[in-house]
Amino acid sequence: MDTFLQQIINGLTLGSLYAIVALGYTMVYGIIQLINFAHGEVVMFGAMITLSVISAAAGSGLPPAAMILMGVAVAIPACMALGYLLERAAYRPLRKAPRLAPLITAIGMSIVLQQIALMIWSRNILSFPQILPVTLYEVAGASVSSLQIIIIGLCLVMMTGLAWIVYGSRLGTAMRATAENPEIARLMGVDVDRVIAMTFIIGAGLAAVAGLMVGIYYGLAHYTMGATLGLKAFSAAVLGGIGNIPGAMVGGILLGLVEALGAGYIGELTDLCGYSTLNFLFQSRCADGGNLVLFGSNYQDVFAFVVLILVLVFRPSGLLGERVADRA
Amino acid sequence: MNPSCLLEAQAISKRFGGVRALHEVSLTIRQCEIYGLIGPNGAGKTTFFNVLTGLCTASSGNFNFAGAPLDISAPHLVAQAGIARTFQNIRLFANMTALENVMVGRHLRTHAGVIGAVLGCAATRAEENAIQQRAVELLHYVGIADRANHLARNLPYGDQRRLEIARALATDPKLLALDEPAAGMNATETAALRVLIEGLRNDGLTVMLIEHDVKLVMGLCDRVAVLDYGEKIAEDVPENVQRNSKVIEAYLGA
Repeated sequence: MDTFLQQIINGLTLGSLYAIVALGYTMVYGIIQLINFAHGEVVMFGAMITLSVISAAAGSGLPPAAMILMGVAVAIPACMALGYLLERAAYRPLRKAPRLAPLITAIGMSIVLQQIALMIWSRNILSFPQILPVTLYEVAGASVSSLQIIIIGLCLVMMTGLAWIVYGSRLGTAMRATAENPEIARLMGVDVDRVIAMTFIIGAGLAAVAGLMVGIYYGLAHYTMGATLGLKAFSAAVLGGIGNIPGAMVGGILLGLVEALGAGYIGELTDLCGYSTLNFLFQSRCADGGNLVLFGSNYQDVFAFVVLILVLVFRPSGLLGERVADRA
Repeated sequence: MNPSCLLEAQAISKRFGGVRALHEVSLTIRQCEIYGLIGPNGAGKTTFFNVLTGLCTASSGNFNFAGAPLDISAPHLVAQAGIARTFQNIRLFANMTALENVMVGRHLRTHAGVIGAVLGCAATRAEENAIQQRAVELLHYVGIADRANHLARNLPYGDQRRLEIARALATDPKLLALDEPAAGMNATETAALRVLIEGLRNDGLTVMLIEHDVKLVMGLCDRVAVLDYGEKIAEDVPENVQRNSKVIEAYLGA
């Protein structure tokens, strides 16, 4: 099997999921300069809620697609309500406070949401019912599952939809105006509070779908799943340039690719037996095709954070550039 | 109140700590006139604009606008009532196109919801088309239609000023308040601006402007008020203001 092509496919799947979650971070940052650390938890709620709905419907004999649609139909409004609630109850009262206050509140909300999920769904790792029949296709020596195709396709559709809202609709014009200068936007009759609430709601809606897809892709859900996923998506947003919407899309997909390729090759690259000059040191281990791997693919999660550190050190504004407010 | 009177300011005062930026300034602006507000630097002209447009709150005093008390507690209420302004230091949405800047201004007078936009509902689509069409018209009106799709920050300075006027016009104002519209313009640009402002008045708009270019003010305005240290020291037709001894003193020093 061709490792490279296979990891590209896995990376695109993972990356498009990161991109969808990263959009939630970047949209909120763009408009109120807040890193909403509770966004990962909204994704987790999306996964948990769809899991509950699908489990409840599992015995009913409905077709799998109908069950998933039911899950989505419950999870999207629920997560949107959660996103709205976060903004309304936790962040809006702090709109004029120093920036550190809402940031710490966001971390607090993330803990609160995790604990609520713990109480509702227990501390166990829950397994997603495998209701979707997965077909594997062979493409040039790599295998692509129908699930991966669906995920990538759905993510592209959502990204296109979002781009249309932001760059093509009246709401999007208002969002971009508010992001640039809330005072002037208000002067022009833009209801700034409503626009900010809508930003949270749209981000949460995307997060709900992302939660569902992550759950089905990995077949698992856990009350802490939002933390790592959220941090990685945040890294993706920073990689693309936080506050920059196309940046989050590019950053997410790049990060997915880096992770997948990294995980795919790190074992081979850190196999000391693969370096003939070093062979004499480890003759006993390396004899008969043995290996001495320093880092295995379980180091996958490290790559996102290595990327985050490198970006922050060498290009803090991200690949496509941070949204720079030109305030007078 | 005089029926032809559009805006009436009654004893407007504004203090910043111990500084008396405005002291009991009263003035009236009539329908369809071009009213100039002049004065030396720091006289309180921009503060008056900021109070009038709700960007900062008055310490005391109130406004009547179009026959009703004007609520100046929030900028969008003032805009809703029909007063639009531009800024001394241009404040456009720099990373949006000229057209989009004007479209934002239409927000005040349109109401299409998000759900309609997402579902592509016909009424919403019609409204969005109307917004765009009106924005194009306004860009034509101020003479920068050919730059509709340029980012605001890439426009030449004079065009940025025009764009700011177009954006203000998009809110359908009765009174347009221009804060130093000719600042930084060369003679040609200033002459073109003058034509634009006269055109606005001929189309039924009332214009209030702060300006340092004395020649422009005296040539353009029907009446002029002079502020000095936050107090109104004169209000008259330009010829009389120019001869007013207090005004000469304020500008040249005692």
